Amino acid sequence: MKTIKVNFPIPFLEPIFYLLALGFGLGFYIGEINCVSYPAFIAPALICISMMYSAFFECIYGSFVRMYYQKTFDAIVGTPLNVDEVIFGEILWGSTKSVINASIMLLVVSAFKLVKLPDSIFIIPLAFIVGFVFSSIAMCFTAVSPTIDSFNYPIFLFYYFNVSFQRNLFPFIASSQTNSNFIFYFFSFNACILYFKRVNYRIFRVEKHIKLNMACCCWSNINYSFNKLNEEEAYNLKFSIKTMHNFY
Amino acid sequence: MRFPKTSGILKVKAMEVEKHPREIKRVLGVLPQENNLDPDFNVFKNLIVYARYYDVSKKEAEKEALDLLRFVHLEEKKDYSIKKLSGGMKRRLLLARALINDPEILILDEPTTGLDPQARHLIWDKIKSLKHDGVTIVLTTHYMKEDPQLCDKLVIMDFGRIIVEGKPEELIKKYVGIKVLEVDAKLEVLNYVLKKGERFEQFSDRICIFTNEPEKLIDEFTRKFKLEKTVIREASLEDVFLKLTGRGLRN
Repeated sequence: MKTIKVNFPIPFLEPIFYLLALGFGLGFYIGEINCVSYPAFIAPALICISMMYSAFFECIYGSFVRMYYQKTFDAIVGTPLNVDEVIFGEILWGSTKSVINASIMLLVVSAFKLVKLPDSIFIIPLAFIVGFVFSSIAMCFTAVSPTIDSFNYPIFLFYYFNVSFQRNLFPFIASSQTNSNFIFYFFSFNACILYFKRVNYRIFRVEKHIKLNMACCCWSNINYSFNKLNEEEAYNLKFSIKTMHNFY
Repeated sequence: MRFPKTSGILKVKAMEVEKHPREIKRVLGVLPQENNLDPDFNVFKNLIVYARYYDVSKKEAEKEALDLLRFVHLEEKKDYSIKKLSGGMKRRLLLARALINDPEILILDEPTTGLDPQARHLIWDKIKSLKHDGVTIVLTTHYMKEDPQLCDKLVIMDFGRIIVEGKPEELIKKYVGIKVLEVDAKLEVLNYVLKKGERFEQFSDRICIFTNEPEKLIDEFTRKFKLEKTVIREASLEDVFLKLTGRGLRN
């Protein structure tokens, strides 16, 4: 519902820097992992990072500024719209932004020939779901935070935790077949719930609970399936590299 | 300070507020106290986006927006960014935004607070023309000179309770009188006024005496005391308000 002009190029650069620094820089020293070169190994994780980054930060800082400083939400609620519809619109915008970022990142990563393009198109609809989940969780924090500084809690306890311990970045987890990363997500979630209990609730209480429950239920399933898909892509690439080896 | 509802039902056009909020908001136009325009859009786009929230089609919204910008004298600034507008222009744009859905009831929350006199008079003229067109206007203000010009019915509230209601002229006549004589607050004057039993209000350095015949009093004062500054002025709603609500600061 909300159309906002954004400075497009700058936020895209963050995962690209990760790609260059970690992937090609560090990858020079690291050999192959699971028969795939290091940049190709972390490429799906980078697409995941760009999705999480855009959805989460848009709905934390963007929505907070709109709600608290610009008071745009107050203006919209004067029309025949409810608060939940405004929040839903913000979440949809976060998801859309995640799709846009993911598709651009996909193009970049495939330009470096790390991912096979026709098979990985499947990421783009999944990006909407992942964006939706992250935007919902971010809106919960936005609703509860008293000031803009208290966003450090979810950013460091939740976001960076999830980014660092992704399946395709943290090899210890990638090697195990069970969904043991769920335990890590649960950890980070508990840290955030402890923070919730220390903070006063505001009018968004009902929406927050609904979205928390929904996000929890979707959470491990989405990430598990998503990362599984990424691994399949990586394996596809592995096979294509093997076939290329056979030629030479 | 917030005063939550204690009892009663609020109905707008025979619809209860808690049961039919959407239908009521459709016929309502709101001009808020703080300028919550969207800085990501220009002037024109702000009106169009707001019209879309009321489910007005885009073509109709564009026509309506141009008409309204002409109404508030902002049509040259159609493509300006919000940051370039002055305070008066932002209030006019907010008034245009409040009218975008052709409301029957318009709620204005302190529409002219902090504006220069030209902008203030322009907004008063627009409000009067809207009143003439048949729009019901609910106005809240702290600026007492606004009320007699614009209001048909006035309500004075303090701490969430209605103190008086009525027409502005009747309230002035009833509580304060027609004219006010302001004199220096000397002790002799104070004693004299107390002895005589006139209605008066005391400030730190002045006494305002509410009377219908100030000329007679001035003759008496100049005969008895040496007074430096005496002013005769019309009684205003500010005197009524200060008299009824007292002089203590709110919180």
